[in-house]
Amino acid sequence: MLYRESGQFKTSYPADQAIFPIRQDRIALSLLLIAAFIVVPLVADEYWLGSILTPLLVLSLAAIGLNILTGYAGQLSLGTAGFMAVGAFAAYNLNLRLPELPLIVDFLLAGVCAAAVGMVFGLPSLRIKGFYLAVATLAAQFFIEWVFTHVGWFTNYSSSGVISAPPMTVFGLSVDTAVEKYLLTLVMVAVLALAAKNMVRSRIGRSWMAVRDRDVSAEVIGIPLLKTKLSAFGISSFYCGVAGALWTYCYLGTVEPAAFDLARSFQVLFMIIIGGVGSILGSFLGAGFIVLLPILLNNIAAMIGHGTLQADTMANLEHIIFGGLIIFFLIVEPHGLARLWQIAKEKLRLWPFPY
Amino acid sequence: MASDLNFFFEVLIGGLLSGVMYSLVALGFVLIYKASGVFNFAQGSMVLFAALTFVGIMEMGVPFWPALLLALIVMMLLAVGIERVVLRPLVNQPQISLFMATIGLSYLLEGLGQGLWGTEVRALDLGIEDLPNEWIQENLSLQISTFDIFSAASAAALVGLLALFFNKTKVGLALRAVADDHQAALAVGIPLQHVWAIVWAAAGLVALVAGMLWGSRLGVQFSLSLVALKALPVLILGGFTSVAGAIVGGLIIGASEKLAEVYIGTFTGGAIAAVENWFPYMLALLFLLVRPQGLFGEKIIERV
Repeated sequence: MLYRESGQFKTSYPADQAIFPIRQDRIALSLLLIAAFIVVPLVADEYWLGSILTPLLVLSLAAIGLNILTGYAGQLSLGTAGFMAVGAFAAYNLNLRLPELPLIVDFLLAGVCAAAVGMVFGLPSLRIKGFYLAVATLAAQFFIEWVFTHVGWFTNYSSSGVISAPPMTVFGLSVDTAVEKYLLTLVMVAVLALAAKNMVRSRIGRSWMAVRDRDVSAEVIGIPLLKTKLSAFGISSFYCGVAGALWTYCYLGTVEPAAFDLARSFQVLFMIIIGGVGSILGSFLGAGFIVLLPILLNNIAAMIGHGTLQADTMANLEHIIFGGLIIFFLIVEPHGLARLWQIAKEKLRLWPFPY
Repeated sequence: MASDLNFFFEVLIGGLLSGVMYSLVALGFVLIYKASGVFNFAQGSMVLFAALTFVGIMEMGVPFWPALLLALIVMMLLAVGIERVVLRPLVNQPQISLFMATIGLSYLLEGLGQGLWGTEVRALDLGIEDLPNEWIQENLSLQISTFDIFSAASAAALVGLLALFFNKTKVGLALRAVADDHQAALAVGIPLQHVWAIVWAAAGLVALVAGMLWGSRLGVQFSLSLVALKALPVLILGGFTSVAGAIVGGLIIGASEKLAEVYIGTFTGGAIAAVENWFPYMLALLFLLVRPQGLFGEKIIERV
C-alpha cells in the first residue's frame, strides 16, 4: 500500500536516471537523514554516540571502501586495515607537520595518501588474481603495520607508539564532545556514501563491474584494465584512509598501529559479506550487524548468565557465531542483508494484494 | 672470518629447518587446493584445533599414542563435517565465495577449539630437546637444534608417506584424477564427495603433525593459527598445486627470512626490527610480478 510507485511518471531523462527514482525512497532517506542528524544527537546518550554509533559509521565507510574494491571491482583485499592505518597516520602527520591546513583537508589528504599506497599495492593485480591477489594485499597489511610500528618518524618518535590524537577544530569550532565527533563523522560518511552511490552508477563504476564479471571480456570490449583496476584500488583505499583517520580522531582518540591489525581487515570483510557484496546499502547494514551483534550477545549473556560467563568464553562464542554466520550467509544468501531488503521491497510493492 | 662463515651457515641451516615446518603447513593447503580447488584459509585454525585437541586429550590422562589416534579421529570427523556442511552446499559457487567461507570456518574453528579446550597456553613436550645437537657441534662446529632436525625428519617422513599414498594406492589414484579434472573424474564414477572428505582428512593429519611440532616449540596457543599465514608466501613461491613446490618454497622462505632478520634487521636498527614478519610476503609479492604461477605451479591459461 505504502510502497507503490504507480502514478509516479518520469517526464525527463534526468528524472528517470535519478539516484532514488522512487518517491517513497526519497522520503525514507530524508527521514533517515533527519533522524541521524537531529533526533539522534538529541536523544542518544554519550555511550551510544561515542561507543556504538560513531564506530558504526566509521566502519561503514571502511566497508564501502572494501565494497568498491571487492564487491564492484572483484578484487579481494585483506589489507583494508593497512590502508586505514595509512590514512590515520597520514592525518596525524599532516596535522602535526602542516598545522596551517584545516582538519577536513587533512582528512581528505590522508585519504589521498592511502589511495597512493593502495595503488602501489594494487599494481600486482594486473598480473595476478584471486587468492594470489589476496596474499599480495595481506603483504600490504603486514608491511604497513611493520612500517608504522618500527619507523619512528611516523609516530613522531613517541616512545610508547601510542599517541593521543590532538584536539580537533573544524572551521573554527572545536570538536571534542561525543555529539560533535558523531556529527563530524556523520557528515563525512554521508557525503562520501552519496559520492560512492553515484560513482558505482557512473562510467567508472560500470567498468569496475565489467572487470569483476570477466576481466578478459572487459578488456576485449575496450575497458582499460590498468586504469580500471588501479582506480578501484585508489578510490577504495581513499575511503579506507578517510575511515582510518576518522577512526583514530573521532573514535579512539589515539593513533596506534595496533588498532589496525589483521583482525580489523577481517572484520570489514565480514561486514561486506554479511551486508551484501556489491551494495552500498549493504555496507551500512553489515557494519550495523557486526558492531551491534557482540553488544547484543553480551547483553543476552548478562541476562541469562548473570555474569557467570567468562569474558574469554564470550569471545570464543563470538568467534563461533561470526564464523557460522559467514558460512550461513555465503550458502543461503550470498548477496547478504542488502538482498533481503530488496526482496522485502519487492514484496511490499504488492502488499497487501499479491497476485 | 671462519666464525662469520659458520654463523652464516648456522642461520642458513636454522632457517632451512624452520622452513620445513612452514612447508608442512603449506602442504595442507596444497592437498586441499589440488583436489577441490578450494583455497583453505582455515588450515592454520586446523593446526591450532588439532594441537589443542591433542593436548586436551592428553590432559585427560590418555597416553601419547592413543591420544594421537583420538586426535586423528577427531580431525577426520571434522573433515567429513566440513565436507557435508560447508563444501557440498557451495559446489559450483565462485572460488572466492569458497575462500571467504573458509575464512568463516577458521573463525569457527578457533572459537570452537578454544571454547572446548580453554584459551591458556599449554606446554606440549614431545621428549626432544630444543638444544644444539652435540654430535653436529663436535664434528662440524655448527649449532643446530636437535628439535629442528627431528621436525625436518618427521616432515620428510610425512611427505614420503603422502607420496606413497598418492602414487601407489587406489584412493590416491582417485585423488589425482579429481585433482586433474573434477567433471572427468565424476564421469568415470569417482565419488567426488568421498574424495573431498579424504583429502580434508589428509589435510587434518598434516595439520595435526604441524600442530604438534609447532606446538611443542611455541606452546599450544592462539598464535599457532598465525603460523599458517606464513605458509601463504610459501605457496606463492612454490605454486598452489605442487607438493614439491610447497617444500622448496618453504625452504626458500625459511632460509631467506632468517637471513633477512639477521642481516637486514641489524642494518635497519636493532634486533626488535622484526623484519621476518613482512619479508616473506614482500619476497613473494616481487616474485609474483615475475612469475605469477609460482615455481612449480601450472601455467594459468585463460579462455574467454
